[in-house]
Amino acid sequence: MHPVDPQGAETDGSKILVEPLSWDRTLFNQFMTVLAFVFLALALLPLLALLFEVLRLGLPNLSLESFTALPAPPPLEGDPPEPNGFGNAIQGTLIMVGLASLISIPAGVLAAIYLSEFAKGSQIAAWSRFATNILSGVPSIVMGVFAYAVIVLSTKTFSAFAGSVALSVLMLPIVVRATEGALNLVPDSLRQGAVALGATKVQTTFLVVVATALPGIVTGVLLAVARAAGETAPLVFTALYTDLWSEGLFSPTASLSVLIFNFYNDPDPNRIQLLWTAALILVGLVLFTSILSRLAIRSPSTQRR
Amino acid sequence: MAQGVAPLPQQVLGTGRSLRRRVDQAFIVVTGLFALLIVAVLLTIAAQLAYQAWPAVQAFGLSFLTSATWDVIDSKFGVLAIAYGTLVSSLLALLLAVPVSIGVALALTEDFLPAVVRTPLAFLVELLAAVPSVVYGLWGVNVLVPLLFPLMEWLNLKFGWIPLFSTPPQGPGMLPAAVVLSIMILPTIAAISRDVLSVLPTEFRSASMALGGTRWETIFRVLLPAGASGILGGVMLGLGRALGETMAVTMVIGNAPQISPSLLDPAQTIASLLATQFGEASEPLHVGALMYAALVLFGLTLLVNMIAELLVRTIQLERT
Repeated sequence: MHPVDPQGAETDGSKILVEPLSWDRTLFNQFMTVLAFVFLALALLPLLALLFEVLRLGLPNLSLESFTALPAPPPLEGDPPEPNGFGNAIQGTLIMVGLASLISIPAGVLAAIYLSEFAKGSQIAAWSRFATNILSGVPSIVMGVFAYAVIVLSTKTFSAFAGSVALSVLMLPIVVRATEGALNLVPDSLRQGAVALGATKVQTTFLVVVATALPGIVTGVLLAVARAAGETAPLVFTALYTDLWSEGLFSPTASLSVLIFNFYNDPDPNRIQLLWTAALILVGLVLFTSILSRLAIRSPSTQRR
Repeated sequence: MAQGVAPLPQQVLGTGRSLRRRVDQAFIVVTGLFALLIVAVLLTIAAQLAYQAWPAVQAFGLSFLTSATWDVIDSKFGVLAIAYGTLVSSLLALLLAVPVSIGVALALTEDFLPAVVRTPLAFLVELLAAVPSVVYGLWGVNVLVPLLFPLMEWLNLKFGWIPLFSTPPQGPGMLPAAVVLSIMILPTIAAISRDVLSVLPTEFRSASMALGGTRWETIFRVLLPAGASGILGGVMLGLGRALGETMAVTMVIGNAPQISPSLLDPAQTIASLLATQFGEASEPLHVGALMYAALVLFGLTLLVNMIAELLVRTIQLERT
């Protein structure tokens, strides 16, 4: 069916209609289709291989002890096995991600409210939006260097606080973008309705606009939290690592991700065992959040719009 | 009746109204300050890096960028070999990831598959982006490097006369790093390409097919050219991510600051340099040099991301 074919044009029209596609074009078409699916398989293979490996090596040693005990010291010969776990890393990750959320979520949501509700098209909004996009592209290790320069160098100690600051800078643009996106989806008629009923801007924003956009905002916040929980680079030289429980916000603090990085070429098999279980917890946490946020997007309250 | 009505507006609209207006205005100002905070954070990062790097900038000047020696003991620092490692590993990763990502994007947008199958597959591709970098590194060290090692040995044995494969492989190196990087940037490029392809008007496809184009002729001659600038934006975002990717690269690249034409040799990137040396740097000049290197990385990703931003923005303008 190629009317421009000179051979086809010479013969009568009915033949053109029944003439099959030339073999080279058919072959090319089928080859490319197969290639596209080979690429798709190739892209998914690492994910499946990685999940398999993490489950295979992480699952057998997963126990309650993993969450409550400290990493066991290298075993001496003849000693009974000591409890082996990464409770300190769980504690540290929770502290740092929690504090980073406390800093970045309110700041990010308020900034997004300004961008979406009060300053559409203004110069400040343009700058701010540009800065948000650029900030989300800044490598996470640079956030770590920033926190090192501002906090570690001035307090003269590696600390959970420095790690939290690095993570909050990392989370900020993600929260802003997701919240602004969610707020933009709220129809203007809702805002007009609220104003017509005599609501102030504060009331309109929080009771109507933010309330309507809440599923979208929660999704974005969850993704930011998951991203921060998995980050290693900003923590390696800000929060550092310790085999012990955290001694407070201004002392070196363990985290799941840095534990994996510090243990990965350790000769002690106990530690290798431990880091795979930690990897399982980390991957499980991040995938669970991703799936949860995907479900939140699909929830009926967002589909009504 | 007039007496009953008169006080009411006074209460509702009088003092209460001006207070509420003031609260409203204060609210707008506060949110505006937070919007400006983002700009301030970005500027502070740049200023802090520049300030902390100053001792090294004074000591080495621009020769920092042209010297390939990174010697902690003699305090001689040059970033060239490390910048080379950063750029080559990222570009190599793009070379591997771009065709696959575009293939993935096409397989998931053009109607090859019913939506019931397509949506979960697209979600799985997105999950690739969610896996933490350090876990990719762990997988790279334990699975990918041993898997690639025979291939690397074979390349060296059969194609050793090509400078690219001229050295015996040691396990970790440029090639495994590029492969891990390509896996990590694939979802970024695929997601943007998918967005770009899915907003192209259906008329483009109909018109091409009405003229007798097959599905893949339509893709190559109409859809990809029409979406080129957006896809390029996605590629630039992927490049930005690859340049700054730290943990996975640190674990599989071997961390040897050298310029070698061989892809089987270990190398080092700026990000992996920062990750391995910052924790134990105590000499002021060493810290300064690391800050200088971080500044270079920051500048590099800033440039790439600005280009990406401009390219992707043109797509968003076309969409509206």
